[in-house]
Amino acid sequence: MSQVTFRIWRGDARGGDFKSYECEVSEGMVVLDVVHHIQAEQAPDMAVRWNCKAGKCGSCSAEINGKPRLMCMTRMDTLPLERPITIQAMQAFPLIRDLVTDLSWNYEVKRRIKPFAPRPPDAPDGTWRMAQRDVDRVQEFRKCIECFLCQDVCHVLREHEKHAEFIGPRFLVYTAALEMHPLDKGDRLKDLKDTQGIGYCNITKCCTKVCPEGITITDNAIIPLKERVVDRFYDPIRRMLRVFA
Amino acid sequence: MSQYETHEHDVLIIGAGGAGLRAAIAASAAGVSVGVVCKSLLGKAHTVMAEGGMAAAIGNVDERDNWRVHFADTMRGGQYINNWRMAELHAKEAPECVKELEAWGAVFDRTADGRILQRNFGGHKYPRLAHVGDRTGLEMIRTLQDHGVHRGIQFYMECTTLELLKDGSRVIGAFAYDRERGRFRVFKAKAVVLATGGIGRAYRITSNSWEYTGDGQALAYRAGAELVDMEFVQFHPTGMVWPPSVRGILVTEGVRGEGGVLKNRDGRRFMFEDIPDNYKNQTADSPEEGWRYTQGDKSARRPPELLTRDHVARCIMREVRGGRGSPHGGVYLDIAWIKEKLPNAEQHIKKKLPSMYHQFKELANVDITREPMEVGPTTHYIMGGVRVDGDSQMSNVHGLFAAGEVAAGLHGANRLGGNSLSDLLVFGRRAGMYAAEFAKQNPGGSIDGGQVERAARQALEPFEQAGDGESPYKVQEDLQAMMQDLVGIVREQSEMERALAGLKELRVRAAQVRVPGNREYNPGWHLALDLQNLLTVSEVITRSAIERKESRGGHFREDYPDKDPTAATYNLVAYLGPDRELQLRKQSIAPLPAELQQVIEENKT
Repeated sequence: MSQVTFRIWRGDARGGDFKSYECEVSEGMVVLDVVHHIQAEQAPDMAVRWNCKAGKCGSCSAEINGKPRLMCMTRMDTLPLERPITIQAMQAFPLIRDLVTDLSWNYEVKRRIKPFAPRPPDAPDGTWRMAQRDVDRVQEFRKCIECFLCQDVCHVLREHEKHAEFIGPRFLVYTAALEMHPLDKGDRLKDLKDTQGIGYCNITKCCTKVCPEGITITDNAIIPLKERVVDRFYDPIRRMLRVFA
Repeated sequence: MSQYETHEHDVLIIGAGGAGLRAAIAASAAGVSVGVVCKSLLGKAHTVMAEGGMAAAIGNVDERDNWRVHFADTMRGGQYINNWRMAELHAKEAPECVKELEAWGAVFDRTADGRILQRNFGGHKYPRLAHVGDRTGLEMIRTLQDHGVHRGIQFYMECTTLELLKDGSRVIGAFAYDRERGRFRVFKAKAVVLATGGIGRAYRITSNSWEYTGDGQALAYRAGAELVDMEFVQFHPTGMVWPPSVRGILVTEGVRGEGGVLKNRDGRRFMFEDIPDNYKNQTADSPEEGWRYTQGDKSARRPPELLTRDHVARCIMREVRGGRGSPHGGVYLDIAWIKEKLPNAEQHIKKKLPSMYHQFKELANVDITREPMEVGPTTHYIMGGVRVDGDSQMSNVHGLFAAGEVAAGLHGANRLGGNSLSDLLVFGRRAGMYAAEFAKQNPGGSIDGGQVERAARQALEPFEQAGDGESPYKVQEDLQAMMQDLVGIVREQSEMERALAGLKELRVRAAQVRVPGNREYNPGWHLALDLQNLLTVSEVITRSAIERKESRGGHFREDYPDKDPTAATYNLVAYLGPDRELQLRKQSIAPLPAELQQVIEENKT
């Protein structure tokens, strides 16, 4: 048990400030427990999103001591408790209130990506055959819990605010999961190049570092997609052939 | 009323977990306009936490499996008070629904010949659960969500329903508020599907999220719908017990399906000590036979760790109460031991149970590939809910449908693991189809402005409370502690009567809670409103549990520890009487048709 000071950002789009709260921290507690304690005892109206409290739903994303994390998976004993701990909402999205941001842009982006389009079934009973080794990499991408921490940390969105031109790491992973799905016949490469801004990513791997699911976003999803785009649209021999075709 | 934003749809669906999304897809496929109202953001509903898999007799791993065996397993697990029509439809239609998910992009784990892999689970005779590691719920909700958003369905996220709106005897919409700004909204619809999930937040130790406050059950009940089987709450045998802050978080039954064993403080596999008669000839005689079963030996019978959840939970309680538990009041669940049997056990565990590995490593500093987990029962699911027609999922209120956990019938007195995800798909689809059909046949009704105004006034009371009313958090905490202690896994008459008295007091307190701040994204206010539903379902659970004077499935009475054969003939129905008081009725179970009776008989051996 120890008494710890927390500085939690309170306010809405019109403004606000960090407020200090004291909370007893006991063995095994995570940051979300602290937020709940403060809610129950001191600030019933403090806005926060959460659901599963087990790292499975990706609702409680926030910035803890400046780092994008899930509050439910950040144990207090991994943080320096002698100094106040700051908790604030994700900075790459418009604030609604306190720790809650407006994530609607993410939902709109996803709607714009061409949906799954399977090849005809392999068997007369309408089923398909896929080897486990061929679905392993897609399953890695499908572990994504849509916490949007990768979007939050991505400098193209966070600093350069290219939300209109760049879909961000989450949706590059989503597109990769579709493009590499053994059954999918869709083609999303032109969209990636023209309207989804894959070229903006300069592979600093910040997204990979913050992914709570440990998805190797940059190496396994973004770089292979970039390669496919380059192969299709920038390969010199292909370009020549296109000129003569 | 005109001051409220109004939306109009043919079919309104409340809830966006597996059942709600599947219903929405089915209704939109039928060509009607569909709106989905959900309490959280899309993709965050409770389905996302389901781990082990969805049960469907596709027979990919054991060709002896078929709908007849699945039906018989479901009825046996439910102690024969299930709605047999639902159990039949579920067993027959689940395979189709799983294949449909694959066609929409779900990527299940594969068999060696490239088909959907299936795993063992409690109470299922054959390996039957299509799965993706231990994150099957995520795969399911994401697949439905990504498929659904391209179908013209309108989603209203972070929007909580306060009241169902009625025109005479028929439901014609819902009154809700959005969390972001706290604005009221009126939804007009020709049919409404409830898909709001369960009631776990009425208990202190639970695997359920804040959303699970019995909204659908309470909304339906207030609107005149009948609830049934509400005494049957499932306490999942394996929740985390340490550290305190994670108590209740689910540990998938898949751990036991993959060969995990339960041991007490002395290292004994206590599950071998008490095997119910009706499972004796399906259960392994020795640890060695049990292991062979988990590894796919078709001549072996399943280990006693894979008995039904109600039984396993009670055996764990027995060990803990007998002083043979682990240091923090649970027992040990050991998957690490399989390294004695498998050369690559560590990799195998990480591959098959990745989120369990992660969860214990991050939250409890336990490496499950090396050490046993400490586990104990956690409130997980309610078998009871809105009483519906087995085929159409319509309640006794015209135009009001229910699917998934909020509906009752399929699971009887105890749900088998894996039967929930398939339930969501099978009956989500049916509810959506029949709701669309209903909407086509019935013109819209007219909304009663008075009802809307009353609901709006009531919803704002927590802000207007004079004096220093209590915090809603305190009332919820006391309710959870009371239900846990007095109406939990082991029940007894006088304790439950105390709970009833306690509920009366809590109602008075809940009516006086006060919340600071304004209507914009104010969780204190949201909880104050949810409390009403929690209290309603707690009362129905307690009253039903007092009335059923026997032990069956999830309902265990210390004062009536045995099954009463005469109690196998009815379900308890709860409804709001004309005096606005809760009424209970014993509803006889319709006799099983000869053909289904035959299926049960042929599967008894």
